[in-house]
Amino acid sequence: MKIIIVGCGKVGTTLAVQLCQDGHDVTVLDKNPLCIRAVTSIYDVLGLEGDGSSYSTLRDAGIETADLLIAVTDSDEKNLLCCLIGQKAGHAKTVARIRNPIYNSEIRFFTKNFGLSMVINPELSAAQEIGRIFRFPSAMSVDTFSKGRVELITFVLSPSSVLVGKPLTYIHSKLKSDVLVAVVRRGAAVTIPSGNFVLEANDMVSVIIGRGLANEFFKKIGVTASPIQNVMIAGGGKVTVYLARRLIAEGINVKIIERDHARCEELSDLLPKAQIIHGDAGDEEQMLEEGIEEVDGFASMTDIDEQNIMLSLFAKQNSRGRTKLVTKITHIGFDDVISTLNVGSIINPKETTAAYILQFIRSMQASEGSNMENLYRIAGDEVEAMEFHVKESSRVTGIPLQDLKMKKNTLIGKIYRGDRLFTPGGQDTLEVGDHVILVTLAKNKFSDLNDILEA
Amino acid sequence: MNYGILVFILGWILKIEGVLLLMPTIVGVIYREAAGRYFLFTAAIAFVAGTLMTIKNPKSRKVYAREGFVVVALAWLIMSLIGALPFTMCGDIPNYLDAVFETVSGFTTTGASILPEVESLNHCSLFWRSFTHWVGGMGIFVFMLAVVPLLGGSTFNLMKAESPGPVVGKFVPKIRDTAAILYAIYLAITIVECLLLTACGMPFFEAICHTFGTVGTGGFSVKNAGYTGYAPILQNITTFFMIACGVNFQFYYYLVGKRFKLALSMSEVKAYLIIILVSIVLIAFNIRGMYTTEEAIRHSAFQVGTIITTTGYATADFDKWPAFSQSILVALMMCGACAGSTGGGIKVSRIVLLFKTIRKELVKITHPRYIKKIQFDGVSVAHETVRNTNVFIAVYCLIFALSVLLVSIDNHDFTTNFTAVTATINNIGPGLALVGPTQNFGFFSPFSKIVLIFDMLAGRLELFPMLLLFTPSVWKRY
Repeated sequence: MKIIIVGCGKVGTTLAVQLCQDGHDVTVLDKNPLCIRAVTSIYDVLGLEGDGSSYSTLRDAGIETADLLIAVTDSDEKNLLCCLIGQKAGHAKTVARIRNPIYNSEIRFFTKNFGLSMVINPELSAAQEIGRIFRFPSAMSVDTFSKGRVELITFVLSPSSVLVGKPLTYIHSKLKSDVLVAVVRRGAAVTIPSGNFVLEANDMVSVIIGRGLANEFFKKIGVTASPIQNVMIAGGGKVTVYLARRLIAEGINVKIIERDHARCEELSDLLPKAQIIHGDAGDEEQMLEEGIEEVDGFASMTDIDEQNIMLSLFAKQNSRGRTKLVTKITHIGFDDVISTLNVGSIINPKETTAAYILQFIRSMQASEGSNMENLYRIAGDEVEAMEFHVKESSRVTGIPLQDLKMKKNTLIGKIYRGDRLFTPGGQDTLEVGDHVILVTLAKNKFSDLNDILEA
Repeated sequence: MNYGILVFILGWILKIEGVLLLMPTIVGVIYREAAGRYFLFTAAIAFVAGTLMTIKNPKSRKVYAREGFVVVALAWLIMSLIGALPFTMCGDIPNYLDAVFETVSGFTTTGASILPEVESLNHCSLFWRSFTHWVGGMGIFVFMLAVVPLLGGSTFNLMKAESPGPVVGKFVPKIRDTAAILYAIYLAITIVECLLLTACGMPFFEAICHTFGTVGTGGFSVKNAGYTGYAPILQNITTFFMIACGVNFQFYYYLVGKRFKLALSMSEVKAYLIIILVSIVLIAFNIRGMYTTEEAIRHSAFQVGTIITTTGYATADFDKWPAFSQSILVALMMCGACAGSTGGGIKVSRIVLLFKTIRKELVKITHPRYIKKIQFDGVSVAHETVRNTNVFIAVYCLIFALSVLLVSIDNHDFTTNFTAVTATINNIGPGLALVGPTQNFGFFSPFSKIVLIFDMLAGRLELFPMLLLFTPSVWKRY
């Protein structure tokens, strides 16, 4: 596909690199020639210097023949304008990043009346993700399929769990749980395991599980954490507002530490039920005074990534390991280093944004026969979990799974048929109308359900 | 410095050269020449060495700027050293240094020869000489990027290091597609010229060799008399194609895509054509006494075309022309063709940028608070590009002066030394006096030949890659 990306910041760059690796023709536009050069000198994309909201620049970038326009500049209004021009100048689908909370309730209006194919709000998506993590304190990350009816939960197997040293078949035969282990990450090695795979302590395990069954499963395997009652959030930015709203709606007590007095007053307006503290999250004494030792959940959401890391480490140290930690990292790289620190779940709004857009593009490529509805990257982006909605019969439907020649390292995890969710066996078939959830290595780059077959 | 990737890319270049060496082998088979087997032998050596070097996958496949520049410089050097082997083995050029000079002259599209006469050479040697022009004209790395799916995305630095001009851009997002488009245009021009020359009466073998020399803007001929012996129509066809190949290939990309407005608005192409037109008129007027009017215009056009595009053919011995005409030609030698063409020299776009910088500086003296961004084709030029152009011209002058100094150790006259360096660093071929269009470079001492070989490579790769080879910090691992 021919793709034009306007705005070459972190999101734009991440997208450009990823899309280019997926084999698309990518053109990036930015006003800053340095940003352009940084991308084009290492990756195979075309860079153009110019203002993406001007028609002539977009035309130079080839908007007339482009399939997709992604506007991810700093400015919501510019992104919208960009997409509007793009639609009039060509036949491209458009994706805009809109992050100002005042537009938040108007997103449906935008997509309907401005013809945008997708509107993405990084802060909101990040808040949703953090909300899910606080709902399952034992989990490192929680993603959902089939409108929330199926969950993909990643957790660290504690040494005390009964599962340590047991093969995966133990889950079915002894625990009688309908849970599918999709991916196991041990150190740097990532496996899509078969039934006789033996788990070890500290494995990072991702499971696919029906909604409402997770707590019971975690209790059975002895990976438990009491539900979260009190959450402290350091920093009062946009993510904090969205997050606090969700948590408060679920009846959780929220305390927000914010340094700027005026912002505190704003927060107090926006979140009357939250406890707003005018204080410096960088001050040890203040954090202790506000009870960082006692909270169940702690989210480091300040603007400074380094401070977030320090805060989470501090919280870890002072809470004797009970507290569920979430750390927001926005700007800095060093993913490999940060993942070795004990800072709990790491949320990167920009990467979340990129991931959402990638999923959208992948589903754009899919044929009419099967629509990709969800795509998540897990285990350090090496594995993808995805959901397809089977719209019409094809080479994979109606044939028992054991007779399908599937690509290696591909596992059909769950099928959602009508109201019934089940883990398919070798006799089961895929049928029209099914929602199929599967995991595969990211390098396979599935965009269509038929891609699961060996070529 | 990532040595793994260096070896890997060099291996691929050798493999490609191995395949390219099969072409003269085929010519040898057609003409039943025993010399063909030396080309086959060299092809086998290059291919086996290349295969060995590409067995091991490099740990990191990223090509940063310094790897890009160094690997391009090294590749051109090694390519020439290997390409020279068959000349010496088959006895056409017994002295290996001479053979290297000839091959470098071929790959860099210089066309300066050490041979006093060429008609006694094997056909396969003649073909290889001319074919090196064709490969070197558009560039071996551009060829590699077009045919070998390699290294993923980070190969732009290779193209940047090899392609001429102050700014190297891509036509389309994918570097592979860009390289393929360049070679498609190049191949199309080659085929059209070859057919035209054959149709107008040039024997096929001569037509194909001269086409390689023209479109690559090289200048090796397969006739002792060069172009002087050909009919006027053949000379005029060649004039047209030389000038056509000195145009920025982006121009043709726009034409093929029917974007005529963009094509016609390229100020570099406009400046290039104006310089050519003015020079033709001035020289034709200056030499009118020596020829008939038709001849004066034809010779003037041919010589201007051959010099500004840095090809180096000749239909007249301009060494005997009036001083004014000679001066214009020497000035054109330095000016060179457009960026993004197959020609050499400083490049018209750099000259245009230079004049704009000078004008800006002059205004700035009268109005010290004057702020001006230099524009090119209606777009502001990055400060980096302007700086790079200024440094380029300074380095060019320095290398030039130093080369003249070193060559003058041989104690030839000043015109010879000066124009020999001019003709090699700008990849032209003939100069004036002892290296005039009817002469050759064979009489220089081995040391001078090495200096001139360096100049040819430095000129083709636009100075910096060759200089980097002598920069110690480049070779450190960190």
